[in-house]
Amino acid sequence: MCLARIFALPAALTLGVAGCASERVVLLPEQDGHPTAVVVKQGDREVLLDRPYAAAELTLADPWTYRATPADVESTFGTALAAQPTRAAHFVLYFVEGTDELTEESKKTLETVFADLEKRPVPDVLVVGHTDAVGTDQFNDALARKRADTVRAALIQRGIPGEDVVAIGRGKRELLVPTPDGVAEPRNRRVEIVVR
Amino acid sequence: MLRSICVLALTLGVSLAHAADIGQIKVAKGTVTIERAGQSIAAAVGTRLQTSDVVRTGADGSVGITMSDNSLLSAGPNSALALDRFEFDSTTNEGHFDASLRSGTLAVVSGKLAKQSPEAMTVRTPTTILGVRGTEFVVRVDVPR
Repeated sequence: MCLARIFALPAALTLGVAGCASERVVLLPEQDGHPTAVVVKQGDREVLLDRPYAAAELTLADPWTYRATPADVESTFGTALAAQPTRAAHFVLYFVEGTDELTEESKKTLETVFADLEKRPVPDVLVVGHTDAVGTDQFNDALARKRADTVRAALIQRGIPGEDVVAIGRGKRELLVPTPDGVAEPRNRRVEIVVR
Repeated sequence: MLRSICVLALTLGVSLAHAADIGQIKVAKGTVTIERAGQSIAAAVGTRLQTSDVVRTGADGSVGITMSDNSLLSAGPNSALALDRFEFDSTTNEGHFDASLRSGTLAVVSGKLAKQSPEAMTVRTPTTILGVRGTEFVVRVDVPR
């Protein structure tokens, strides 16, 4: 294993490596296609990896960069990548004005939340309730919390342990669609759910 | 005044139950242990993690962790991953996350912290600091035996 690594590296580069210690970093393509980067810092030296499969071998002498291949990544990191948890999923449910009753459409969305939860062995869920800008802060804080609690209760009823579902209310502080105070806006009467 | 403190305490009640938890093991195969306060404890799917935990995998082990900012960290066999620092404000998405890979292999998908601020998340290896700019990457540290 050690010998193989030494032969795999140009001889000059191995001189600075103590024993067989070696470190490597490879940037992967982002799933959603956003630009990404990792800054590699060793003391004063800095190398930027900003393209998919850009890689650095982090020897003590000097980090050097190269382009890795998907096959390299799979052979070295396959087990680590296979253990990656399911990514967080986001859902939004909407409510009838002034109530904690889901709209008909959102009752269907709630079923897709249950379906997502079934794929996760130990889900934890964050439920954040919101309101539109009609009414006082006090009224909307209570309503937002009530909406979140109602959704939390529905999740618990379907078998998610209560300790794994956190419900909070934000009242009218975080309008999805900005409106002046007092404006009724269906898209703001919502609960946002993050499933991990 | 007193009343608003009571209301605040009630509102925070639910989240305080999880205050010490910074993440959770979602995937575990083979031998996975956590070093916490000098003790080594067996870890399994569902185990919650705290700051300063060191997660270790055996030769047959691998582990997948979801942090509370939605970052994903997963490690292959013979790995030691330290969760050195994790501070996350779920309202502003601000805070800091520093992890270090002492040995083994690690795959990272950064979460809300790195998205909010390019300085918020680092992964250290024995020789290097990796600054995470909203990103997926893999790291390997081969330690001579």
